[in-house]
Amino acid sequence: MLEVAALSARLSDKPILHGIDLTAAPGTVTAIVGPNGSGKTTLLRALTGDLAYNGAAHLNGRDLSKTHPREMAAIRAVLAQSTQLAFPFTVEEVIRLGLTAGTQARRSELPVRALEAVGLSGYGARDVQTLSGGEQARVHLARVLVQVWEPVTPQGPRWLFLDEPVAALDIGHQLTVMGLARSYADAGGGVVAVMHDLNLSAMYADQIALMVEGRMLAQGTPAQVLTDANLTRAYGCAVRVNAVPARGPWLVPQAMAG
Amino acid sequence: MVALSWHKDQQHAGDRAARAALTFRALVVLLIVVSIASLGTGAAGLSLTGVIHDLTLGDGLSVRDRVILMDIRLPRLALGLLIGAALAMSGALMQGLFRNPLADPGIVGVGAGAGFGAVLAIVLGGLLPASVAAIVGIHLVPVAAFLGGWASTLLLYRVASRGGQTSVATMLLAGIALGALAGALTGMLVYMADDRQLRDLTFWNMGSLAGASWAKLGASLPLILPVLLLAPLLARGLNALALGEAQAAHLGIHVETVKRLAILGVAAAAGAAVAVAGGIGFIGIVVPHLLRLATGPDHRYLLPNAALLGASLLVGADMVARVIVTPAELPIGIVTATIGAPVFLWILLKRRGLGGL
Repeated sequence: MLEVAALSARLSDKPILHGIDLTAAPGTVTAIVGPNGSGKTTLLRALTGDLAYNGAAHLNGRDLSKTHPREMAAIRAVLAQSTQLAFPFTVEEVIRLGLTAGTQARRSELPVRALEAVGLSGYGARDVQTLSGGEQARVHLARVLVQVWEPVTPQGPRWLFLDEPVAALDIGHQLTVMGLARSYADAGGGVVAVMHDLNLSAMYADQIALMVEGRMLAQGTPAQVLTDANLTRAYGCAVRVNAVPARGPWLVPQAMAG
Repeated sequence: MVALSWHKDQQHAGDRAARAALTFRALVVLLIVVSIASLGTGAAGLSLTGVIHDLTLGDGLSVRDRVILMDIRLPRLALGLLIGAALAMSGALMQGLFRNPLADPGIVGVGAGAGFGAVLAIVLGGLLPASVAAIVGIHLVPVAAFLGGWASTLLLYRVASRGGQTSVATMLLAGIALGALAGALTGMLVYMADDRQLRDLTFWNMGSLAGASWAKLGASLPLILPVLLLAPLLARGLNALALGEAQAAHLGIHVETVKRLAILGVAAAAGAAVAVAGGIGFIGIVVPHLLRLATGPDHRYLLPNAALLGASLLVGADMVARVIVTPAELPIGIVTATIGAPVFLWILLKRRGLGGL
């Protein structure tokens, strides 16, 4: 269980997050959405130990501000928005960085299986720095998957924290990656993803947290949160929300007025 | 069966562990060959077979030649191995810490900072009461160099790194400023020095293994040996750090600890090397770079292999320095810079192609 209560945080003395409450259950996908600068990434950074915060935040009952990085690494993995690799590692070497103490089953097989999962089979020997942006993003996703490969362990559920996991990807790979997140949750793990694409969020998330100016505007199922009123208020533009049968809300942006 | 193992090799083609292990063995052989060649090389004309006979069977050399072997060539070889390993290791550690293949203690001012510490110890060491001097003795200069190198590495890291990322340009420019400052302070001390100290400074500054002795070896060993033995423990942390500080922490690395230990390691190895052998440049750049080309950037293999190759390379360069203008000898810093500076420029040009700066 991820439980966040009255969390606030500053970036170089500027208050960014104000009294955030958020709960996410294992077995679900939570999408954090909101306009640029609303504090989505800052919230994720606070939850992954990159940023000091005030308030309370617990993952599986562990206080996020007091748990050793090694213990956190065993229960959750984090995909950053972008990664600049300092040296010419091969794809396989990068993925092996994810094989931390928490990984259990068949360590030697995992890199191959993770590459297969992100659609990069046969890329093991390639120099990561020579790959395209989208391919690099999927290599790092594979590394993150390997770190918490089993969604549930005897010690409890494990978590994926993803910061814009599909931003660099074409539409086919967007669906692949969101599908991976979905099946991770379906197998009992927890997924918290910062997302820009509201339609993908509506398709794959169980819960949507809509942020505006460092505050949580709404939180609930896609149908509860993605309403004309909420979106107009959050994004400052008109959005028409339709419903796709059995799939929930579907958004069509309207042209800016005037 | 054959097809199966072929398939397995294909699947793990990106894992260079086997190649790195092979390289390790080749480097051990190289080290032995270079060491024996070094013992048989020099102005006195000892025969190589005589040296080998004497070391293995206890006879084969005249009394005079045995003195040359035991008190000149062996300590010089041992010091060369130690300093070479220290320089390459400090370079590899520093590059891992700064996430940058161009970081080298000699280039970014850490050597100059260590040099300032050493000169400070030589000049002001005379002011110490005799009782204190007797205790610190030969360790004063290496320890002062270590402290100077440590302060400069720390300062450089503070200046060049922002939010867990380091900028190459800032690092190189800050290194120039740091080197200039340390050089200026060193210059002031040289003015204050008396004649005897000036002679010490001049010899020290030449950057040479010529003054090698068992005492110098003993003075640098306590600083260098722990780094050589313990640095590989930082390998996993440095590998993760290649992703950036935040992501290393996500992988469970206690980043602050890794950084602090790496800075200490760089300062101890580079400081002790500068203290006993003066300014010997570029070993720390060339060795890790060649190894990354051969077996990749994984620090688990890079660090031990760098120590081995650095030791061989410095002893080899020392042989060249002794032979090329025999019976005089060239300062070894000239030999390493002649090999190393072009390699540095080559890396720089390649990175420009990648937009790396």
